[in-house]
Amino acid sequence: MTKETDFFARRLHSLLGIIPVGLFLVQHLVINHFATRGAESFNAASNFMGNLPFVLFLEWFVIYIPLMFHAFYGVYIAFTAKNNVQRYGTFRNWMFMLQRITGVILVVFIAWHIYQTRIQKALGVEVNYDMMADILASPFMLVFYIVGVLAATFHLSNGLWGFLTTWGFTQSPRSQKIVSYLTIIIFIVLSVIGLQAIFAFV
Amino acid sequence: MSQSNTTTAQKTVKFEILRQDTADSNSYWEKFEIAYRPNMNVISALMEIQRNPVNAEGNKTTPVTWEMSCLEEVCGACSMVINGRPRQSCTALVDQLTQPIKLEPMATFPIVRDLVVDRNVMFDSLQRVKAWVPIDGTYSLGEGPRMPERKRQWAYELSKCMTCGVCLEACPNVNDKTDFVGPAILSQVRLFNTHPTGSMNKDERLHTLMSDGGIAECGNSQNCVVACPKGIPLTTSIAAVNRAVTVQMFKDFFGSDHMVD
Repeated sequence: MTKETDFFARRLHSLLGIIPVGLFLVQHLVINHFATRGAESFNAASNFMGNLPFVLFLEWFVIYIPLMFHAFYGVYIAFTAKNNVQRYGTFRNWMFMLQRITGVILVVFIAWHIYQTRIQKALGVEVNYDMMADILASPFMLVFYIVGVLAATFHLSNGLWGFLTTWGFTQSPRSQKIVSYLTIIIFIVLSVIGLQAIFAFV
Repeated sequence: MSQSNTTTAQKTVKFEILRQDTADSNSYWEKFEIAYRPNMNVISALMEIQRNPVNAEGNKTTPVTWEMSCLEEVCGACSMVINGRPRQSCTALVDQLTQPIKLEPMATFPIVRDLVVDRNVMFDSLQRVKAWVPIDGTYSLGEGPRMPERKRQWAYELSKCMTCGVCLEACPNVNDKTDFVGPAILSQVRLFNTHPTGSMNKDERLHTLMSDGGIAECGNSQNCVVACPKGIPLTTSIAAVNRAVTVQMFKDFFGSDHMVD
């Protein structure tokens, strides 16, 4: 009864999903969007991000460590649930299940995405427009990336709703409903930005 | 039966009941077909099976066991899963149910026998969170502070909880992989933390909910508020307690003179 580790781990998990992981996702999708202005624009933006001062420190403390905690603890959360949308087919119950499904998809997608880009960069390959264009030339990879991006935008949008409820910002049914609509808009906007960037490489 | 009219006397009601002879044995489905009477509920049908324990194949069987007490949906004892949904069998009217009517125990709790489950875990949780207003002492403390009438009105809604267990059965995060206390208990903490005298110990209740199996296990599927037979605003209670534990967390970390106000 004195153990509070679960409580702090869950709260930390909820917070890290928004700050910094969620903010990083938005920034990442916006930077990707430079691809719609052509290869040179994308390469310039990519070089700017890749050559930020303290880039290794930023990568580890803003991305890798929070992301790994969020991902691995999230998998544990996902597999402790016993989904029952057949019994209760309500919107929120579906969102509950989809949040867990997209989370597991994202662990696989992000691991692959990091291997294909960041680890290749560490091995000496240059990360640029052509690299992404090569990857997305494969129809399988194109579908995989579309699924990955949509899973990410969904997981962040719905996770924002969960964050606001979990921390007690939205209490009343009306406030939760308004935030539901807001997160649907956020999902659509982020998805359009993400997909436009993907198709700019095709 | 001589008074019932001839058209209804011919009708029967079909039941499929998930049975289990002991706490450890395997479960099995058994079919029953009993004579229809007007205004039957699931309990009166179970009583009929108890009087004449013969299954649909015409074989003699053991009577189906279940729990019941008030028969007016205020005690929670007769809760079971009826046609896939957990609810009270006393208010489950046969005329409103599609047949065959499927009865299952609320399997999120340990099954004792047939439709009887052991809901003790809920009562243990209520003890853990101190779901009462402590007034015992060695001398009279006099009257407590008054509760504003409008606050009493919504708190009364929370007090309708009968610990029936339906919200735990509906919750995807109450299962054998977690030790989540369940929505009902979270709402009771809000009820007793709202009471002017009860709130004098509100940090103790919140601390219990901040420990393992507490409020952090809630995943906001919001099935509980859909399932609750008393219409208790469980998700509003959960969000309110979420805010309270957030504030409590900061008070604990930084230190505060406002632990109970």
